[in-house]
Amino acid sequence: MSHVVVIGAGQAAASLIAKLRAGGFDGRITLVGEEPVVPYQRPPLSKAYLLGDMGLDRLYLRPEAWYGEQDVTLRLGVRVERIDRDAKVVALDGETIAYDMLALTTGSVPNRLPNAIGGALDGVYTVRTLADVDAMAHEFRAGARALIVGGGYIGLEAAAVASKRGVTVTLVEAAERILQRVAAPQTSDYFRALHGSHGVTIREGVGLKALTGGPRVSGAELADGSRLDVDFVIVGVGIRPAVALAEAAGLALDNGIAVDAQGRSSDPAIWAAGDCASFPHGGGRLRLESVGNAIDMGELVAENMLGAGKDYVARPWFWSDQYDTKLQIAGLNTGWDEIVTRDSGGGVVSFWYYAGARLLAVDAMNDSRAYMVGKRLIEAGKSPDKAVIADAAADLKPLLKA
Amino acid sequence: MADWIDACATGDIAAEDVIRFDHGGRTFVIVRDHEDNFYCTDGLCTHEEIHLSDGLVVEATIECPKHSSIFDCATGEVETPPACEDLHTYATKVENGRVFVEI
Repeated sequence: MSHVVVIGAGQAAASLIAKLRAGGFDGRITLVGEEPVVPYQRPPLSKAYLLGDMGLDRLYLRPEAWYGEQDVTLRLGVRVERIDRDAKVVALDGETIAYDMLALTTGSVPNRLPNAIGGALDGVYTVRTLADVDAMAHEFRAGARALIVGGGYIGLEAAAVASKRGVTVTLVEAAERILQRVAAPQTSDYFRALHGSHGVTIREGVGLKALTGGPRVSGAELADGSRLDVDFVIVGVGIRPAVALAEAAGLALDNGIAVDAQGRSSDPAIWAAGDCASFPHGGGRLRLESVGNAIDMGELVAENMLGAGKDYVARPWFWSDQYDTKLQIAGLNTGWDEIVTRDSGGGVVSFWYYAGARLLAVDAMNDSRAYMVGKRLIEAGKSPDKAVIADAAADLKPLLKA
Repeated sequence: MADWIDACATGDIAAEDVIRFDHGGRTFVIVRDHEDNFYCTDGLCTHEEIHLSDGLVVEATIECPKHSSIFDCATGEVETPPACEDLHTYATKVENGRVFVEI
């Protein structure tokens, strides 16, 4: 193996490349990315960066010079046109690049509103890339009226930033409650109250019928017939895996690029990692949209390219910052039947998801210790006594040794 | 020129725990591991400048409380990202029940 080509310049790519070099790979590495910048952290885009608290230099995962030091050829601002698997080349920008191994770390793309309901009007934004956020930043001025469509983490984070900047914010969620897809009602209640206390209007169980205006958005019609005047709109209605290249190349897909336990696609010379890839999990397949997964899968693929033969064991964790509240999540809550609450007062609270006696996941608000201990318990397959969890005075750390 | 600074009493830190230590306008952590070894490193995570004194010490490692980067307290090396840069470490010694750090 002498040339590894990586398509998609995000977190998974940066981790994969670093691990290849750390593992002693001394062949060529080429990193191709559509965005004109080196890999950066996306999470702050909807948080500190949008708020203006974090500069561009701190967004970069590694300084640009690092890629030179690691002898990585950067092809940024370039779109790959296709992958020719028979010839083992990728076509881009009027040339072809031969690969021995190819890694697809293409990430995900945000869902947009259909044009028929105003999705293409000026002043309607999604939050995914640096360019997206730079384009919307000027809208965040005191007195402006924002509509946020979607009550997931991206929508809630954008609502928090807008509110802090003096924007009048209405958030609509078509489902019965915010965070319905990802969290228990207790967590939804916590964040509804938090946003309410900052003056954000949250309307649940109310879908968007259409955005109106033109060429710039000026209003919204909701499913219940009500109308709003708006100055700009942020759409946070989920993301989907970026699989267009893989699909055109005929790779097996199943909620993303289907990889085996080691990160290999249906073509043994092509690997995938991060948001774009689904991997075997619990008898089915799982695809995670998180930094932790991008790092772990990226590193695993690098090791397996070098022959390690390791299977992927997902260690899911996530975070979200809204106002001064820090939410940290460990584990996957799918299948929970009971929530155990640990409430230390003053907004320091954690919700522990159990299925029977088994601990599945923890949502911790402003309680990093609960998160850190919970994460290790889940990874170790330990399920602590619910009474200990519910006792806010009980020290959690001894549970790690129980 | 580094000096040995009297930072705390050994009894100020429980086994597998950490305290923050500020000195000369800088912030450090002092960690006591499960075998009563003491370590001193920079006090802020190299990833997003979070205080590691709120982190979780397990044996001789410390986990950042915000994004779960894990560092080896003896060497400062990143064991688990997202941090990319290692922590600076500083020598320690214990004399008469006091922990001294060479800063």
